Amino acid sequence: MSNRTHHRSRRGAALVSGAAVLTLALAACSGSVDTDDSSSGGSGGDGEAATAELVSQEEIDEAMSTPTKLTFWTWVPDIQNQVDMFEAEYPEIDVEVVNVGQGQEHYKKLRSALQAGQGAPDVAQVEFQMIQSFALGDNLLDLTPYLPEGTGDEYVPWVWEQIKSTDGSKVFAVPQDSGPMGLLYRTDLLEDAGIDVPETWDEFGQAARDLREANPDAYLADLPGNDMGQFTALLWQAGARPFGWDGGETVTIDVTSDEATQVAQFWGDLIADDAIAVDPDFNDAWYQGLANGKYAGWTAAAWGPVFLQGTAGNTSGNWGAAPIPQWESGQQISANWGGSSDAVMASSENPIAASQLALWINNDPESTLRLANEQFLFPTLVETLEDPAFVDQEAEFYGGEKVNAKFAEYSTWVDADFAWLPFMDLAYSEGEETVGKAIAEGGDLVAALQAWQDALVAYAEQQGFTVEQ
Amino acid sequence: MSTKTTAVPSRPTQAPRKRGASPMKRRQNAAAYSMVAPFLVIFVLMLVVPLFYAGYLSLFQDRLVGGVSFVGLENYVRALQDPSFLGGVLRMVKFLLIQVPIMLGLALVFALVLDAGILYAQRFVRLGIFVPYAVPGVVAALMWGYLYGPDFGPAAQIAEKLGLPAPDFLSNEWMLGSIMNVVTWEFVGYNMIILYAALRSIPSELYDAAAVDGAGKVRTAWSIKIPSIRPALILTLIFSVIGTFQLFNEPNLLRSLAPNVIGVDYTPNLYAYNLAFINRDVNYAAAIAFLLGFVIMVVSYVVQLSAQRKERAA
Repeated sequence: MSNRTHHRSRRGAALVSGAAVLTLALAACSGSVDTDDSSSGGSGGDGEAATAELVSQEEIDEAMSTPTKLTFWTWVPDIQNQVDMFEAEYPEIDVEVVNVGQGQEHYKKLRSALQAGQGAPDVAQVEFQMIQSFALGDNLLDLTPYLPEGTGDEYVPWVWEQIKSTDGSKVFAVPQDSGPMGLLYRTDLLEDAGIDVPETWDEFGQAARDLREANPDAYLADLPGNDMGQFTALLWQAGARPFGWDGGETVTIDVTSDEATQVAQFWGDLIADDAIAVDPDFNDAWYQGLANGKYAGWTAAAWGPVFLQGTAGNTSGNWGAAPIPQWESGQQISANWGGSSDAVMASSENPIAASQLALWINNDPESTLRLANEQFLFPTLVETLEDPAFVDQEAEFYGGEKVNAKFAEYSTWVDADFAWLPFMDLAYSEGEETVGKAIAEGGDLVAALQAWQDALVAYAEQQGFTVEQ
Repeated sequence: MSTKTTAVPSRPTQAPRKRGASPMKRRQNAAAYSMVAPFLVIFVLMLVVPLFYAGYLSLFQDRLVGGVSFVGLENYVRALQDPSFLGGVLRMVKFLLIQVPIMLGLALVFALVLDAGILYAQRFVRLGIFVPYAVPGVVAALMWGYLYGPDFGPAAQIAEKLGLPAPDFLSNEWMLGSIMNVVTWEFVGYNMIILYAALRSIPSELYDAAAVDGAGKVRTAWSIKIPSIRPALILTLIFSVIGTFQLFNEPNLLRSLAPNVIGVDYTPNLYAYNLAFINRDVNYAAAIAFLLGFVIMVVSYVVQLSAQRKERAA
């Protein structure tokens, strides 16, 4: 469940009292006025020599047979299983798994610990879109010297691009799971309404309107105003490249491109016609909507199929999976929504053992297969993606379809050149305030894109970046 | 309340010592200081130091590119022009003017009714009103989320039975009222207990005198009870003023239900929190928090001053 709860698990924040004084104290704790703060990461791992020379196998063997204690922050459920396997393999390494919260909560705590200079874990889960945000500030260890040569070739190519530095010279994490998009839909509801599965967005729009007419209780899909991860994936799929960073002081912000405007226009029209729902996702009302047929479809990601089985179990056998609708008929373009990796903090005192933990969990065939089949993390390791034990599963929930195989195919349709800003938490938050609000209130989505653009540019400039629009 | 000073021994008139107190007095002082020391240490470490540190932080700017620089009062100037901050403060003023009178009015009525002893299940009712205060915020938010829910909440279901449109408690227009309702539900009991305790400490001679004068229950309440608990009322009022401006938990929890209605700047406290942890602008957040503290100080002072003036006039 790694991907879908980002930025919506604010519950933990409630534990922080509302007292202003406490806010001050919090601000004080996380604050740091050390002028050398930005350079402190450079002195992190002792293996981070001037040149990225491979750490020798002897060094690795020695490190792995030395009693070592590692801390691993992640919110993947039951990850202890994989950690137990790792510890059985390397009995001298003692790994403590800590779940400090999901998504935003996790990042807040991680950032506070990194800034405080103590208490940070050795290894932490980081979603793809957040990697550059932690790379800024040199918080992540370059794993290049610690990974065997050719490790990158073992992963899905576009996924590997996501975890590298902006210039491609460094590797910041080992990929864990991904979320290539597809369309999940209720076969029975569409059949009753006499609607074919839409292959293009035009057909999707028509189908959404037709379904409303045939079945006023249902919507073909929900576009939540609180899920910028999904909205960004829709932009990605349309060919928009709204974000970029040169690894230094220049960021690219272009959420008002023609492609993005096309997406905003399309969904804005559907909202204006009440042809789709605009409910916030991943809360109780939304789960109910999936289970009771309010939503006859979901523009989901690869982790969606299994998640849906758990949420809408009563509708088993009535779902199908199809490619995400295309902007031009005949195309085969998908995009990624969600997906995360395990990164080693530059502050780790045991960079070798930490990087081996990150690698082993996400590289050992048995470990990754269990992640895929038991924890439902959609694999990023090619070997697992092709493993019959994964792809050949026939899902009863989907009327016996091989859903995994379908999404494994969609995974090959994802364009690799999608980049991020070094402050994606802020970018998503501002997106919710502008685009998300317009979605929820049925406002002008195209104007909202402009507002998002303006807010991002203002923030970037205020933070000292040079902005290319 | 001042303690009675009957135990003070009459001091023999003797020439004042040249300096300092007697050894006895000094020993007493030392004992007293050692007893408050644990409090003082924690107070200084947990409150005074962070406060000064936050004040210090608020004078700097830490940019993602370019690092830290001293900017003086620039953060404060920025805050005073920041529509997010000003909007949040205004929203809280509105909240204060509507919610606090309702909550304190209800608390006073409950306290008076309980004090009058005209209920059968006295203890049960008292506990019942107080229980919401003991419900953890997370649980309360889950519960209200269900009650407010537009699809399966009871209000929605009743409306559907009656063929009416479901009231959208979580919409833009209703949200502030919905939060007021939750906060009132949560804190009526707390304020009631304070007022009730104050009522119990009114000397019963006053009631006897009132009874002799022929005052009924309502008259007694109005002319004796309420004036007697004026200090407690002012106390609850000031607590409520402070609590209102620091509103954080309830909107933060309801965010998951209506993320696009409750923005990152819905209340000033929420805004400061998000500035620190999402915008990574700890310095500006510190300035916002300081300004908010200043607003609270001013409003509390005005409330206290006007209450005192009324008292003097009375």
